[in-house]
Formats: sequence, C-alpha cells, structure tokens
Amino acid sequence: MSKRLVELKSVTKSYGNVNAVENVSLYVDEGEVLGLIGDNGAGKSTLIKILSGVHAPDSGEIYVKGQKVSRWNAAKSREAGIETVYQDRALVAQQTIVRNIFMGREITNFLGFMDMKKQHSEAERLMREIGFTSKVFNPSSLVATLSGGERQGVAIARALYYDADLIILDEPTTALSLTETQKVFSFIQAVKDKGRSVIFIGHNIYHVYDIADRFAVLDRGKVVLEALKSEVPSAEILIQNMHSIARTGHIGAEPVELRGGIRLGDN
Amino acid sequence: MAVVSVPRDPAKPRRNPIRAFVNDNRRAFSAGLILIIMLASFTLANPSVFTNPLTYRSVFVTLPVAIFLVVPLVFIITGGEIDLAFPATMGFSSWAFAIAVRDGWDPFAAMAVAVVLGLLLGSLIGMLVVYANLSSLIATIGMNFFLRGLINIGAQGFSIAIPDLRKTFMYSVFSGGANAAIPYQMFWALGFVLLGWFLYNRHRFGARVHCVGDNPDSSAEMGINVKRVRISLFMFVGVGAALAGVFSVLINFVWWPTTGDGFLLPALAAVFVGGTPAWGGVGTLVGGAVGSTIVSFIETGVIAAGLTGFYTQFFYGLIIILSLIGHRFNGRRYR
Ligand SMILES: Nc1ncnc2c1ncn2[C@@H]1O[C@H](COP(=O)(O)OP(=O)(O)OP(=O)(O)O)[C@@H](O)[C@H]1O
Ligand SMILES: [Mg+2]
Repeated sequence: MSKRLVELKSVTKSYGNVNAVENVSLYVDEGEVLGLIGDNGAGKSTLIKILSGVHAPDSGEIYVKGQKVSRWNAAKSREAGIETVYQDRALVAQQTIVRNIFMGREITNFLGFMDMKKQHSEAERLMREIGFTSKVFNPSSLVATLSGGERQGVAIARALYYDADLIILDEPTTALSLTETQKVFSFIQAVKDKGRSVIFIGHNIYHVYDIADRFAVLDRGKVVLEALKSEVPSAEILIQNMHSIARTGHIGAEPVELRGGIRLGDN
Repeated sequence: MAVVSVPRDPAKPRRNPIRAFVNDNRRAFSAGLILIIMLASFTLANPSVFTNPLTYRSVFVTLPVAIFLVVPLVFIITGGEIDLAFPATMGFSSWAFAIAVRDGWDPFAAMAVAVVLGLLLGSLIGMLVVYANLSSLIATIGMNFFLRGLINIGAQGFSIAIPDLRKTFMYSVFSGGANAAIPYQMFWALGFVLLGWFLYNRHRFGARVHCVGDNPDSSAEMGINVKRVRISLFMFVGVGAALAGVFSVLINFVWWPTTGDGFLLPALAAVFVGGTPAWGGVGTLVGGAVGSTIVSFIETGVIAAGLTGFYTQFFYGLIIILSLIGHRFNGRRYR
C-alpha cells in the first residue's frame, strides 16, 4: 500500500457568505497523480490554495507526511516540498526570469546575499530544459516581455526546479499549444516516475483522464465523486457523470456505468 | 536513412557588455544626464562660481542629510508603499539625540538611542499600516502630524543648541574635515549608498522588496512574508530618518522643533528625479543618490547663478517636471 503524502480533513473555507469549500476531505498518496475537476467556481483553486498555505481554512485539518500541521503558510508548504503552479501564475512581471524563478527561495551565499552567478546559470539551464519557446532564452529578460505561453513556461519551470514531493498544477495548459501541452504531460510523467506526486486541475476531461491515476470531482465546494482510474472505463463516462452531477447535484440520476466502488462525498 | 534534425543554435544571445550595463542602469544614467545638463547650465550662467570647488563643498555639507533619507525612500517606493512620516521621525529621533547630548551623554550613545528610536517609530508606523491594513499614503500623513504634534507639545517651541558638540570625538568622526576638500559626513553618506546598493541589488531583502512592490499577491503565493517585508521597509525609513536627523544636528549644532519638516517634498522629489517611478516594483538606488545631488544643487545653484532665493521653488518645479518627462521617454513601463 502506498503512503499518504498529504491529506485534508473536513476543510471548510468561505469568502464572506460564499462557501467556496465545504467540509472537504481529500488525500494524495506518494507517486500518485490526482486529477481535480469541477465547474468554474467549484472551489478547486481555493482548495489547493489551502493545501499550499496561501489561504488558511476556516476549519479542518491539514496533514503532511503523517504530521498534522499548524500555522500553515506558503513558505512552510514550500519548505515541506510542495510546489504550486497557480492559476494566476504568481509571476512578478517587471522582474527578470531569474528573479521570478528564485522569488521567495533565493540561492544565497552568506548573510542573505544572493549568489547571482549561480541563480543566473541555473535559470538559464532550467529555461533551456523546460522553457516554452523556440528562441534562445536570456534569463535576464523581463517576464513582461514574454508571451503568455512563455510566461506559463517560467511558472512551470519554477515548480519543477525544486525536486518537490508534490507538484500542484492549477490549469497549467490553458495558454499552451498542443506541443507544449504534450511537454507538460511528459514532465508530469517524469515527476511520477521519480515517485513524486501531482495534483492536476484541468477543464479538458480527456487530458485529465489520460494523466491522472485517480479523480476527485468538486461541485459547489463539495467533493461529489472520487474514483480510481481503474473504476472509470473511459473519459466519456467521467464526463457523463459530471453532467449528471451538474444537473442534479449528485451522481446516480441516470444510469452511468462506473466499475467498482465510487465514494460519494461525505455529505 | 537517418532523420536529419537541425540543431538549434546553442549559442547564447550575444550581448554587448557595455550596452547591457547601460541598459540595465538606464534610469540611473538618465538621472546622471539630468545632473550634468543642470550643472552645465549653472556653469554657463556663472562660470566663476561653478568652477570653484568651494561651491561643491558647500553642497557636500548638507547633501548627506538628504541621502540618508532618500536611500530608504527608494526601497519603500520600490516596495509599493510610501512613508510621509519620515520628517517627523527625523525630528523626533534627533530630538532625543539633542536632549541626550545636552544632558551630558556620550554622543555615540546618544546617536545609538536616536537610531533605535527611529527603528521603533518606523516599526510602529509599519505595523499600523500593515496590521490595520491602512493606506500608507494617508496613514503616514496622519502619523507625521501626530509625531510632529507630540514634538511641539513637548518642546513648547524651544530649540536645543549644543555648540559643545563641535569639540567631541564623535563630531570629528562623523562630521569633521572642516579643512578637507570633502567633509567627512559625505563619506558616511557614500558608505550608506554603497550598503543600500548591495541590499537593493544583491541581497534577498532587496529582491523581495522588488517582488512585493511588483505584485504582492504573487509574492505571497510564492511564500514571501509580504507583511514582514512591508514592516521592514518602514523600519528602514525610520533608521534613515534618525541618521538624517543626527547628521543635521551635527551640521547645525542646533535642534529645532521643525527639524526634518523642510525635507518632505525635496526628499521625495529626489527619489523620482533619480528615476524611481511611483508605481512600485522597479527603481534605482544610484539614481536616488544622483537625484539627491540634483535637488541639493538647485538651491545653491539658483543663488550662485545670481538669482534671489525667490527663484528656488520655480527651479525645483522646472527641474522635477523636466526630469520626469525625460524618464518617461527613457524607461518603458511594463504594467
Ligand atoms: N479571493 C476571493 N474573494 C471572494 N470570493 C472568492 C475569492 N476567490 C474565490 N472566490 C469564490 O469562491 C468560489 C470558488 O472559487 P475557486 O477559484 O476556488 O473556483 P475554481 O474551482 O478554481 O474555478 P475555476 O475553474 O473557474 O478556476 C467562487 O464562487 C469564487 O467566486
Ligand atoms: Mg481555479
């Protein structure tokens, strides 16, 4: 049996009177790719931001590598080996690629002074290996001068730089061409082959179906379906289930063939 | 048959190093250009005064005070905040310095007290802005009035003269060189600029200040403690203001209840004339030092060029507006 890497227990988060996430429990095992799907506004981004420490949940618990965490924040989650590509990319546009890649995690020599040479050469190597562009990257370029896909490449490269235990990708392929999308999938595969875990959020169910080992469907802040890939014969079945969830708020309104046990959300 | 693949040119894009250097520092260079144009105009207006080293020396006596203010102001504006309470912080900490020296304290200890007080006032202002989530523009205007009000209530309009300061060892260390071409305070100010430059361009703190000023949400998502960076910025301004206050007392041997007041607009103008834009995320520390020099020269220059003091504000305005137009054409805005 594989080991739990991270786990959220009964997590709730509301913005004012919007219940973005309601009593959600979710886990990711080591070496597993979890596909997180759901309609716009379902609470996917909010959920992963709770896990990555950007938002504090109103209630609920977070476990990382078996330990319950307290006073969780983004710096701690990165230290614990969680890297995230946020939906908004979390870039600083007026700064260089180098600064973007190392922001919050600068390579320092002594007393907090940065190793400029090393940061530059590492950024150059990283952009050569991962960057999404046909032109030769100059790591001193400002992010504001890059194309949308190139910027996405910087955000993805940054998450892959650290050999993180868990990489969270919130709609990482939205601005990308087919070639670059394939590239992202091969990166995810490589991460998985190293025994690391991934949470992949996407709206293209075929993509999510291909890449994930397990799926969780979020609807209006609640997990309404969790299934292993082996339980779902095809992407179409997953889509049909999502349709019926969207119409009725729960599965099972129409006969949908799912193999094996499907767990409904706890409430 | 082997598939022929055309290898991508592995060569790095060739950058002319001089061109790259100028390009990376274009804001500072354009500030330097403005200084040169201004000095050239003054020299044309009155060649004998502006070829005389004493003219420059008189600027170097007071320039350090502006530099101690402007260096941290470049940081805080790059960080996307502003502190308009620095004149009162300057007045408050130098008040403590003057009282301590008058009461027979060792001037070094008095200086340490002033710096610690500046640090505390800065952190107080910072925490007020950050934790109460106030607009730094408005909150620091309020703090400036509040602190100056406390000074006025406490000092009851009396200044503190400490002429004996001139005889102290501390004075000769920080403000000596009466017969030297360059007064000693100028070296301390240059040291402060150098320290500021390393902090701004080579240190983790400077990098994070740029990130927070550029996009605080992205910074928070990448694990930067945005609140801590912001409070540190206000603390740094507090320390700079305290040093400026101490140096102003060292130059004048008098503390006035108004000490610091006159620096509000000139110090801010120096930041912007130096090429740091108002929108956060970018800036130039060397430009800030150059900007301080420009602003400090205006007053001397106007008088020396044979005009009366009535023209000073006119030239302040002219030079600030012209230099902002210059920067606008020089620096592209990515936002
Ligand atoms: N910062 C915020 N302030 C207020 N409400 C928010 C905030 N962020 C999200 N919400 C609300 O919370 C709900 C969930 O948003 P969330 O971004 O988590 O959805 P999502 O599943 O990621 O959607 P999408 O697929 O469109 O990215 C939405 O109703 C949204 O309007
Ligand atoms: Mg989202």
